Amino acid sequence: MNPAALDRRSFLRLSLFTGGGLVLGVSLRRSARAGEAEVARVTGVTDANFAPNVYVRIAPDGTVTIFSARPEIGQGIRTSLPMVVAEELEVDFHTVKVVDAPLDPAYGNQTAGGSNSTPQSYLPLRRAGATARVLLLTAAAQTWGVPVTECFARSGAIHHRDSGRSLTYGELVAKAATLPLPDPATVPLKDPKDFKLLGSRVAQVNSLQIVTGQPLFGIDQKVPGMLYAVYTRCPVFGGKVVGANLAAIKALPGVKDAFIVSRTFEGVTALVPGVAIVADSTWSAFSARQQLDVTWDEGPHAGDSWASFVQQAQRAAQSGALKRVRQEGDPDAALAGAAKVVEASYRFPFVSHLTLEPQNCTVTIEGDQVKVLAPTQSADEVRRVVSAYLGLPPANVTVTVTRNGGGFGRRAQGDYALEAAAIAQKVGAPIKLTWTREDDLQHDHFRAAGFDFFKAGLDAQGRLTVLTQQHVGFDPHWCPGPNDYPSNFVPHYRFNLGQLANNIPMGQWRAPRSNTSAWVVCTFLDEVAHAAGRDPVAFNLELLGHKDLVYSPSGKGQPYNAARMREVVRVVAEQSGWGEKLPPGRGRGLGYFYSHLGYVAEVAEVTISKAGDLTVDRVVAAVDVGSQILNLSGAENQIQGSIIDGLGTAWHGELNIEKGRITQSNLQDYPMIRMPEAPRKIEIHYVKTDYPPTGLGEPALPPLAPAVGNAIFAAIGKRIRELPFAKTDLSWS
Amino acid sequence: MSQFTLNVNGRNRSVDVAPETPLLWVLRDHLDLVGTKFGCGVGQCGACTIHLNGAPGRACLTPVSAAAGAKILTIEGLSEQGTHPLQRAWVELDVAQCGYCQAGQIMTAAALLADNAHPTDEDIDNTMAGNLCRCATYTRIRAGIHRAAELAAAGPEGAR
Ligand code: FES
Ligand code: FES
Repeated sequence: MNPAALDRRSFLRLSLFTGGGLVLGVSLRRSARAGEAEVARVTGVTDANFAPNVYVRIAPDGTVTIFSARPEIGQGIRTSLPMVVAEELEVDFHTVKVVDAPLDPAYGNQTAGGSNSTPQSYLPLRRAGATARVLLLTAAAQTWGVPVTECFARSGAIHHRDSGRSLTYGELVAKAATLPLPDPATVPLKDPKDFKLLGSRVAQVNSLQIVTGQPLFGIDQKVPGMLYAVYTRCPVFGGKVVGANLAAIKALPGVKDAFIVSRTFEGVTALVPGVAIVADSTWSAFSARQQLDVTWDEGPHAGDSWASFVQQAQRAAQSGALKRVRQEGDPDAALAGAAKVVEASYRFPFVSHLTLEPQNCTVTIEGDQVKVLAPTQSADEVRRVVSAYLGLPPANVTVTVTRNGGGFGRRAQGDYALEAAAIAQKVGAPIKLTWTREDDLQHDHFRAAGFDFFKAGLDAQGRLTVLTQQHVGFDPHWCPGPNDYPSNFVPHYRFNLGQLANNIPMGQWRAPRSNTSAWVVCTFLDEVAHAAGRDPVAFNLELLGHKDLVYSPSGKGQPYNAARMREVVRVVAEQSGWGEKLPPGRGRGLGYFYSHLGYVAEVAEVTISKAGDLTVDRVVAAVDVGSQILNLSGAENQIQGSIIDGLGTAWHGELNIEKGRITQSNLQDYPMIRMPEAPRKIEIHYVKTDYPPTGLGEPALPPLAPAVGNAIFAAIGKRIRELPFAKTDLSWS
Repeated sequence: MSQFTLNVNGRNRSVDVAPETPLLWVLRDHLDLVGTKFGCGVGQCGACTIHLNGAPGRACLTPVSAAAGAKILTIEGLSEQGTHPLQRAWVELDVAQCGYCQAGQIMTAAALLADNAHPTDEDIDNTMAGNLCRCATYTRIRAGIHRAAELAAAGPEGAR
């Protein structure tokens, strides 16, 4: 069959793969059919353009290869998405080869982030697997001269029910590849109740390589003739290099070159000026750097400090001059007429991503061709910035994505690749740039800090009738926003925004925006519930109301599915034993939040010793990510990890700023949660609903911080209004 | 530069490096044994954990000069085919997320099990506190160590 003869707009494409076999490409273009349009509207899944995203290859020897086009950052996507194809295709998963697809515009969106991979891929991947199955069934039926309805697929073969005959997929591919492509709309998908693979526990495909130390990660890569680079940036954001002792550095053992990079690149992903040292090994470069002496022009932000940001934020909030972003009803009149008014303010610091694999990138430039090896969440971004910086067409930049030693949003940026490209260009040899942990911690695109000032008014029945929120922050992209919950649930509402002048790089950090919004909102709602003398679960369920879908007054944007949220709150209350009395020093708290298409409610149970030591004994989570958990093992791992990460960040995560620079430098002054502090019990309850499956990299994180903070209040009556928790003395008597 | 002979995973290997070079970078850059990971460089994360004469150590803090003459064991040498009970348990329970910390976790746990065949949760927590898992797979690491203890007790092919 001639691939060119196919309708390019067809949902699935079929072609002969080099070397023979059946190859199916699947497009993520959203069909305009009513059913899917409805899905898009309800869940917020957006159009992802017409482009093949994954290929299934069945070779004549029967080998099934599934190409994975999204980066593995620890979220399990390299296992769970191929499982979707394998389920419909009826092959045993352990026989499938999973291979990374190269970065190619033909694949469309190859970014991992925002828990988007699952919702964007689920249905198209099922269709890919099912279409291949139908073609193989048809090929077998024709071979035997029997009706297709008498045949069935199982374990990589087609079987004839009556005669017991069977043919393996390998034996059928030559014929299957000549058959006309069925209309994808008529391809029968399996009834989910017949799923054998999806919803089971499957260990991720690279497990054995991980536990035997194979070179999977970016930092493990080596290319012929490669040199090793380290890059020193100004500790004050926005500073420039005036000069450096380059001659002395060049004379050090192993050093091949040292130079100032002054041609920068502006944008969301920026190249900041700095000093490069290139050497014959990582350690030669690192140790030479210890002798490096740079004179910096620290620029206009050298006086910035966290203490002054705190003062500025308080002044801004009191000034009454913040920008009004949203208002409904008459909040001032409602507050004046309220039976009770509650006021509180919260603050949270900058935090780092601290992917355990520090940023790194290997770049080879040969003539006008560039090869980039990078642990990145966004090969597209890497290609875009590197080609722009080098003045080459994007097609000249080949990006190979390695396994990522953690992502959490950090590797959505491409700064490490820009630096590596700039250095490789100057040196004229392939280089691997490795960031030290100090570089990584201090030159992150940080989770934005912020300050939130709330007022709420209750009516005589203790119902919330008015809410005002003033957020003063650093970057409007990455802070709590005017449309966050519960903006559409309160008749009188106002959101004001204030912006502090700063030059701090910020970016997405696991469950961006939601991770801080959930904490301020759910903590304040808990304060309001207690002020009203109400049980927090009852109060929050009442606030969630009776409607199923709640739209913003403008009718724009995705509706909030209050029915799904009420259900997870109800389930978590029931499963956690909410309402049972606990002795003094022990308490339970509720957090719930919608983020990244997932509805999650969590109850934390804590014990606080009289001396103030906090133990999180148990976390119960109710999670609604739609109709199907793809890989039970991966899902559980993501939820446990999100809960523990959420706890560690809320408990310890804090960067300080003095003289325009981050004062922390490494793990000795930036503590991260360790095993002894991880909750001993984490219980997960999946609430299955009739919505397409969505991702789990993020949504279980935001509810955790308020759940623990509210549990601390329940245990000892102390309200924590500043993160991290470790700043507050929790001793009691 | 100085010449050092290192005994790594039972083989003698020669390297010519500055004496203060951390063993971590000798393993990774010079001997192409990249299973031992760089996480912090200051002894705080445990990603670089190796065994020196059977005891767990931090390769990022061990100058090559101090490692010469010792028996060095890295994740690549823990077993021939990835069949150490911890490796089997890790695959069975699907412990890893990104996987970057896991070689270090396994090396620390291997030393624990060598000393204490049936550690309690508390033993595990205390021993493993020096190993950071940024993906926070602690629940499964703890379970994986218990499972490995069972597998080890059942012998090389047992407890499948
Ligand atoms: S790299 Fe050695 S302890 Fe972190
Ligand atoms: S699995 Fe990612 S750091 Fe442990």
